[in-house]
This record gives sequence, C-alpha cells and structure tokens, in this order.
Amino acid sequence: MTRKGRRLILIAAALAVIGAGAALALYGLSDNIVFFYSPSELATKHVAVGSRLRLGGLVAPGTVVKSANENLKFAITDGGGQIAVTYQGLPPDLFREGQGVVAEGVLEAPDVFRADNILAKHDERYMPREVVDSLKKQGRWQESTGSAKP
Amino acid sequence: MIVEAGHYALVLALALAIVQSTIPFWGARKRDAALMGVGVSAALGQFLFVALAFAALAQAHLRSDFSVLNVAENSHSAMPAIYKFSGVWGNHEGSMLLWSLILASFGALVALFGRALPQRLRADALSVQGLIGVAFLVFILATSNPFVRLIPAPFEGRDLNPILQDPGLAIHPPLLYLGYVGFSIVFSFAAAALIEGRIDAAWARFVRPFALIAWAFLTLGIAMGSYWAYYTLGWGGFWFWDPVENASLMPWLAGTAFLHSVAVMEKRDALKVWTIFLAILAFSFSLLGTFLVRSGVLTSVHAFASDPRRGVFILAILAFFIAGSFALFAWRAPALKPGGIFAPISREGALVLNNLLLTTACATVFFGTLYPLALEQVTGEKITVGAPFFNMTSGVLLLALTLLTPFGFSLAWKRGDFLGVAQRLAVALLGGLSVFVALLAVYRGGPVLAPIAAALAIFVMLGSLTEVLARVSRSGFGAGRIWSRARGLPLSFWGGAVAHFGAGVALLGLAATGFGAETIASMRVGSALHVGPYEVRLDEVGTRAGPNYQETVARMTIRSGGAVVAVVEPARRQFAARRMDTTQAGIATLDLGQVYVSIADPALDGTVPARLYWKPLVTLIWLGAITMACGGAISLADRRLRIGAPARAKAGAAAMASS
Repeated sequence: MTRKGRRLILIAAALAVIGAGAALALYGLSDNIVFFYSPSELATKHVAVGSRLRLGGLVAPGTVVKSANENLKFAITDGGGQIAVTYQGLPPDLFREGQGVVAEGVLEAPDVFRADNILAKHDERYMPREVVDSLKKQGRWQESTGSAKP
Repeated sequence: MIVEAGHYALVLALALAIVQSTIPFWGARKRDAALMGVGVSAALGQFLFVALAFAALAQAHLRSDFSVLNVAENSHSAMPAIYKFSGVWGNHEGSMLLWSLILASFGALVALFGRALPQRLRADALSVQGLIGVAFLVFILATSNPFVRLIPAPFEGRDLNPILQDPGLAIHPPLLYLGYVGFSIVFSFAAAALIEGRIDAAWARFVRPFALIAWAFLTLGIAMGSYWAYYTLGWGGFWFWDPVENASLMPWLAGTAFLHSVAVMEKRDALKVWTIFLAILAFSFSLLGTFLVRSGVLTSVHAFASDPRRGVFILAILAFFIAGSFALFAWRAPALKPGGIFAPISREGALVLNNLLLTTACATVFFGTLYPLALEQVTGEKITVGAPFFNMTSGVLLLALTLLTPFGFSLAWKRGDFLGVAQRLAVALLGGLSVFVALLAVYRGGPVLAPIAAALAIFVMLGSLTEVLARVSRSGFGAGRIWSRARGLPLSFWGGAVAHFGAGVALLGLAATGFGAETIASMRVGSALHVGPYEVRLDEVGTRAGPNYQETVARMTIRSGGAVVAVVEPARRQFAARRMDTTQAGIATLDLGQVYVSIADPALDGTVPARLYWKPLVTLIWLGAITMACGGAISLADRRLRIGAPARAKAGAAAMASS
C-alpha cells in the first residue's frame, strides 16, 4: 500500500471513531438530560406532566409521613411553592424536616412528584448548591450561618 | 513550635522549588553541567522540606493539638489513631500538602534514579516539575495554610466528617494522588522534549516506567474509591458518574492511551507528536480534577468546603499549565521529526484504533461532565447528565475497544495477518458467543447490554490466555520447552497479558450487576426475606458503643438451603460531635458475589427498614482492577524498562567491544 493510501485509511478511521462518538453523544443528550427545578419554578414554567426532572428545596416541616412497605410522603418547599413527593425506599442518612433535599423522578401531576432517588446533604455544613441558589432567589437564605431562614 | 517549624519548612521548600524551576533550565540553555546539577539537589531538598512540613502537620493531628485550626476543625481526641493520621488529608489544606508531597517525591525520584538520562533532558524535566511545585506551594501558603493557629485553643475538636472515618480514607486518596500526580512527571518529560525539540525511542523508554507507576496507582485509587463508595453509601452503587469520579476517569483514559502509544513510539519510532500530546492531556485532566474538586463549582461527596479565592487561584494554575503546555506544543511540535506511517492491519494500526477509541471515550466523559456547568453559566438552566448518557457514549466506545483488544494484542508489528489472528482467536470468540447466547436464553427479555458486556469480557480473558499459550508453545509442547519459552518472553508482554485479562475480569463483574436482585422491606425480629439464592433472617437488634459514636446494630444470618452461610451486622452510627448519622452496610462475600444489607433507623414499633441486595460476581470489578494494576507492576519490572537501562546497556556494549 502506498504511503498516501495508508494516511487516508488513518484519517478515515479517525473520522469514523470521532463521528461515532459525536453521534452517540448527541443521541444521548436528546434522551438523557434531566433539568433541575425548584417548586416555585415548577409552578411558573408549566413543565409537562410525565417529564423526568430533579426537584430541590427544603423538606417542608410537618409533611413527612412514613407508611407500610417503605412508602414515604413529604413535600418540598422553597417558600414560594410546595410540591408533594412520594418515594418508595429508604431515605438517605441526613433526610430531615427543614433540611435541604434534591429528589429525582417523574412529575405525575402538576403538583405531585414521584421520586425514585433522593439526595440529602452529607454533612451538617453543606447544602446542595442548587437548593442554596433557589433559596437565595426566594430570599430565604441566611448568608451568615449558611443555612435556611426558619 | 513543631507546627511553626512545619510552616517554615514549607516556605523553604518553596524557595528550593523556585531554584529548581530556574537554575537547571538556565544551565541547560548555557550547557553548563554545574548549573544543571543544581536541579538534582534542589529537587531532593524540596522533597525533604515538604516531607518535614507534612510530618509536622501529622504530629499535630496525632497529638490532637487543637491550637492548630486545621486539627480543631477536622479531628477529635476520641478518634482512633489511624483516623487521626488519615485525617491529615481528610480536609482541603492537608490533602493539598499530600498532593505537594507526592509531586516533590516524583521530582526526587527523577533526581535520584535519573543519572543515566541525557543531562539536558533531565535538567529541563526537573525545571518543569519544579515549576508545578512552585505553583502548588504558593497556593498552599497563600490560600490554604494548614499551620494556622487558633487562639484560644478549644478543649475538643469538631471531629472528622464521620463518612471519612473509615479505612478507605487511609487508602483511597494516597493511591489516587500517586496516580494523578504521577502523570506530572510524564508531563514534565513531554515539556522537556518539546523544549529540546528532540524526541526519540529512548525518550519513550525513560518515560514509560513513570507512566506505568502513575497508571497502576490511578487504577488502584479509582477502584478503591469505588469500593469505599460501594460499602459506605448504603445503596450498593459503586460508580455514580459523579463529576469528581469522571475527573479521575479522564486522566485514566488519557493515561491508558498514552501507555499504548508510547509502546508504538518505543518499538516503531512513530506516533511521537501524538504521544507528547497525550502526556500533556493526561496531566491536564489531573489538574482539571483538582480544580473541579476544590473550587466549589460542583456539589458532590468529594467537594471540600469551598472558598472562592481558592477556586480562582486553582483556575489560574490550571490555565497557566494547560495553556502554556499547549502553546509550547503548538510552537515546538512541528519541529519534531515525524515518525513513519504504517500498515493498517498491524499491531501499531490496532494501537492507533485503541488510542482513537480511548480519547473519544475520554472526550465524551469530558463533554458530559462539563456541559451542565457550561450550560448553567450561559443560560442559567440547571441540568444533570446522568448514567444513561455515559453508558450510551463512553460505555459503548469502551465496549468496542474490548472487542478490538484481543485482535490488537495478537497482531504482529509492522504487518499483521488478520485472518491468522482471527483463526487463533476462534476459541475465544466462540467462548464469548456461547456465553452471550446462554445469558440471553436464561434471562429472556432482560437487559441486552449486560450479556454483550459479559460476552466481551469472556472474549478478552480467553483472548489474553490464547495469546500467552500461542507464545509459550511456539517451539513445541514439551513442559521444558514451554517453561523456557515462558521465561524468555519479556515481562512487558506478561504485564500486558495480565492487564488485559484483568480488564476482562473487571468487565465481567460490571456485566454481572445486570443479573442481581434487590428487595426493600420492613423487617421484624425473627422474620426472613429472600434475595437472589439466599434467605436473610433478622435475629436481633441492639445498640453498641464505639470510641466516638453509638451504633444500632441489626444482626442477620444468611442461609442457603437451610444452612447458615454467613452473619452480617448492618448498623446505623450516631456521631455526637457532628450530630450526624452514617450507615454501615453489612456485607457477606459468598463465592465471588456479595449479599449486601443496609438498614435505616428502627421504627417506633421495632421494625427495621432494610435494603437487601444480591450482587453476583461483584467482587470481580475490584479484583479485575487489582489484576490490571499487577499487570502494570509486572511491566515495570521488565529489565529493559528500568530507568536508565538503555544507557547502561549501551555502556555495557561499549565495554564489551573494547575488551
């Protein structure tokens, strides 16, 4: 094979692999992106029922109900809105009323959310960043203590 | 006093790093041997003083000296000594010091064992290494000084984050840093080669041992981190495609590509510019990882309490080294003599394809990790790119790579015989195919990706064995002949075979996760649940006191066909100092799989919410990674690859010729 032919094969192989990578990435992006919302954003942005999203805020005090078969119900609030959340499974270690939480799952009705994964903060000094941002927007963030206003 | 001495030692280390980064470089330009020699003593001195600083901080932690802010914030007098010690790097400041210590120790390695390297190459590499040292020592002293005093000293510390009070902290970060930072020396050699404007097969032989060390440690570090996450986070996951995990995967992918391309460079004097590019890329990803973890741009289990000043500083370091090295690359690479172009069907052709797949996989990980950050900066929208995206992109590309691996490993250099190789691999191909068909038949309607991955894993494992068999039996099948052939094969071949076999083992473990079982339920004392082939019975629930925590322990027996095979004790630990709970999973290793149980706090009526998993062959994931690292170590032991071996061999040949 000539030097030119070999170089052509090399370039073709490179383009094929890179092209395949780009195609896979585009296909993956069209399907697998999950958007983050706070309860008040969810109320104003008209998110379609049935879409997959991440919902973050504080666990609304007095709303946590545990029932049989590890069914868990609670509400997520950011001061501006409140969304009811259902979850089957064990909540994470630092899941508590009044604490920051991010739930990933499916919006079943405009104000009902079924979570299949719950993330809470993992340290008492730390709160999920998305939750901090949305609390700041709602004016419920205390910069001095690094926690939510009561 | 010792603490102040540690601070002073760090300042002295910075002074020596500045000397190391300038004098030998100047000497190399002037061709002055004495000035170049300064680099050696400066590198050793820098290592010595950073080690002294580290020792000073370690003794403050071990003696619970709460007058040091770093100790007061991250330690507690009741912690066991091992956690007091590993707590040295269980925080931002201390882990940066460990980073610098490892950086300096790689410089010292070159200084000590690099006598046979070309003098100017060594001087330039030590200068670049010194410059990285300067950047990080200035960063520590200016923004993250671990030796700050706290007056008045509190009586008790605030305790180490309970999640970090685990043997994992003693193992995972040092291994990972040895890998991350190990690529710094490869980077320094690449920069030195660009400065010199000369690169050849000998360069590849000098650099390969360092790349192997870094790669093997990075492999172990990632695997140990994943096992730690697996047993400590309580839901049986071992890889989350968390940005910080991705940050360690990217240098691993680039480093793996480098190891393969440097082999082509050594054997065939080709792919030179590309190899230099990969060397720069691997360390750039290490720096990117450091930035992602420490700047507070993302939230993850790994994020340190962040300070914006630090983020900007690290971004500046990142920009300087990445932009600087790529500018140097763009300026000097055209001056390097390009290597030849070779036949597509050959070992080197297959290695080019390997490199394309690895770097493209790396690019998709990079994209998936940084796209959400970029999008949020531009539009304010917050998105997550999760596991499905990465499985779809990097996962598929890496599976394609495993299909290629046995072919590439069996092809000859220069001109390969594809049909011959395919014939030789027929048994391995058949083995993989039959596993695929069997799994599809047994788990009808189940996942498709898992059987494909399992089949490829078997193919890679059998393919490696086939190649070993073919090589050792080339001169006949007698036991003596096979033994002498086996001893005659270079250790780097054995290393490659072991590493590829290990990759297959790890992939088999990953594939098997598709065939596990999982149950969540509230358990009463005396009740039993089935998970996979096992029955798990809750025997009793009790409380126990640890050194600095209280724990609620559930004792469970695991039975198979009525016989007790194991007892596990999943627990919940309450740490008083931080008012924080952690989950301790109960894990029983049965054959190569594991039964994994984690519990939540018992309810008021005495029932215990529990999560039970049966994970067949799961241990293979980590055993495979350890096997891969062993392959790296075997390659490293190859006599031809020892640092400076080429020069010694040349000297020996000259001596023989003259005698």
